[in-house]
Amino acid sequence: MPPENWFQKNTKFGSAPIEDKDRAAVPDGLAVKCSGCGEILFNKDFEKNLKVCSKCGHHHRMSVDERIAALFDEGTFEEINVPIRSRDFLKFPDYQDKLDKGWAKSGNNDSFRIGIGKIQGQKCVAGLSEFSFMGGSMGSVAGEKITRAIETGVRLSLPVVLVATSGGARMQEGLMSLMQMAKTAAAAARLAKARLPLFIVLTDPTTAGVMASYASLGDVLISEPGALVAFTGQRVAAQAAQGQKLPANYQTAEWRLERGHIDLVLHRKELATTLGRLLGLLYNPAVAVRPARTTARSTARAKAGVSSESSNS
Amino acid sequence: MQKSLNVLDFERSLAELDKNITAYESAASERGQDYTAVIDDLKKTRRRLLAEIFANLTPWDEVLLARKSERPYSLDYIKLIFDDFTELHGDRLSSDDQSIVCGPARLNGRSVMVVAQQKGRDLKERTLRNFGYPRPDGYRKALRVMKLAEKVGIPVVTLIDCPGADTNLGSEERGISSAIAVNLMEMSVLGTPIVACVIGEGGSGGALGIAVADRILILEHAVYSVIPPEGCAAILDTFGRDPNRKDEAAAALKLTAKSVLELGIVDEVLPEPLGGAHTNVEETADTLKAALIRHLGEIEKLPISELVDLRYEKFRRLGIYDEIPELDEPSL
Repeated sequence: MPPENWFQKNTKFGSAPIEDKDRAAVPDGLAVKCSGCGEILFNKDFEKNLKVCSKCGHHHRMSVDERIAALFDEGTFEEINVPIRSRDFLKFPDYQDKLDKGWAKSGNNDSFRIGIGKIQGQKCVAGLSEFSFMGGSMGSVAGEKITRAIETGVRLSLPVVLVATSGGARMQEGLMSLMQMAKTAAAAARLAKARLPLFIVLTDPTTAGVMASYASLGDVLISEPGALVAFTGQRVAAQAAQGQKLPANYQTAEWRLERGHIDLVLHRKELATTLGRLLGLLYNPAVAVRPARTTARSTARAKAGVSSESSNS
Repeated sequence: MQKSLNVLDFERSLAELDKNITAYESAASERGQDYTAVIDDLKKTRRRLLAEIFANLTPWDEVLLARKSERPYSLDYIKLIFDDFTELHGDRLSSDDQSIVCGPARLNGRSVMVVAQQKGRDLKERTLRNFGYPRPDGYRKALRVMKLAEKVGIPVVTLIDCPGADTNLGSEERGISSAIAVNLMEMSVLGTPIVACVIGEGGSGGALGIAVADRILILEHAVYSVIPPEGCAAILDTFGRDPNRKDEAAAALKLTAKSVLELGIVDEVLPEPLGGAHTNVEETADTLKAALIRHLGEIEKLPISELVDLRYEKFRRLGIYDEIPELDEPSL
């Protein structure tokens, strides 16, 4: 009984944002408590260590802003504003309310942001999911942004790096969110055809409809330690097991690595250097295919719609 | 009487009438009395009631109809629609997942590749078919034969009927997410025409894994959903995390054939006989066959490269959102 977890509330999968959880325990905001081992960590050290516990190595969740700061060369990330916003087109109960709250907190970004930046001097198109916006769930807006990020890679002949954190498809958009899986996977196929590499960074949690689409399609799949990387969430997995004993590290990044599902499990501090190195090794502009329509974009002969960023606007 | 366990709530009054009709009919033959007028009257009432019930089905009723065990499954349609169906087995990697059946067949005399999800009717077959939950091996087998179809230049027809993809340890170990994702990617560029039809349950990623197609059809009483209503109700606070509120979730998800047509996701809803596909399997198969032939005929006229571009556009444009006018996208 699989897809029950496709949209599992993900708070149970790992750490809630540490500030929310522990501000009360540490009143001055000078320190936080590790949600992995309970150690009290000074905020300054904690931030410097990229929100990884210095005692147990637990990787706490990052916001997109924190992620950009940690991953990209300083000042190189230029955000591509995609001026679209989720619409409650099914009149799904509570959805508009959730959107309003999310926007109040985060602006119009929804659960995904894209841009162009440099990692260790290597230019790439990037997309990052924001877990704090409805569990990073992929609806029409996230699907469109992911697709635009990948198409931008094709258009500018650049490699693409996508950082995934998502419970799965956004069920408040019904079947339309399922279609975002096909849409993003089709975009990944175009990138492959253009002979450009796709790098996926899996962070806790990446599950269900996101894992069963673009997040599995990287030429290189890198995960953070301890991340839940799964088709089904743990509660449903336990139910499905019907008493069968599941491995202690079931569905973690390490479990995936052992099974050959992913390429690397990297400490957050090694991510930028390794990604930068891989970008340098695997991006080959000499063979990368620049689609004809890129140059013909401004001409009357440009094929309307196909792969043009403005086609859906 | 013996079918009472399978009678859906909304069919109960029909079953009651059927019981009466049978009783009068047997009484007539046993006692030689003439109940023709009564029987005709009952039958007329039955027809009226049936039409009334089917005009007022709720989304949850549609889910029950789509899952009904009497509903024709893929192999029932394959028998009636295709000739020379020859099943091919295995993914050439680990096993043969029998919740997906594949093989070449003739449709109206010409070769096609059939890829179909198959549930089981009795316990033995249900076990064999993993209760309709495909495993990674099934998706990989499907991709293998679709690539064969591409190579030899014959179109692909897929029939979709599964509650969802399998979530057990073995499926996670063999990479269920990756198997589905790879199919989505490969189908989006497969160099041969693809027509898909949802014939029963279109269960989220499990369905989509063989449903990236040039034309997507759905039978009138099939459903296509991002998540089963029970799962949706169990997860969302909106429904009190109570799986019993599945009927509310079913309504909210807009999963009926008519709704997904309105969303622009499927291309055509194929009508079923009044009462559902199971009341006249032959008629439903005829409808499906004619639709497959018609749609294949239309898309086969196009050069393959154009068809593949159109397939990209078909999925590319799916998504509903609002534009925010005050922000300008920087030109790159």
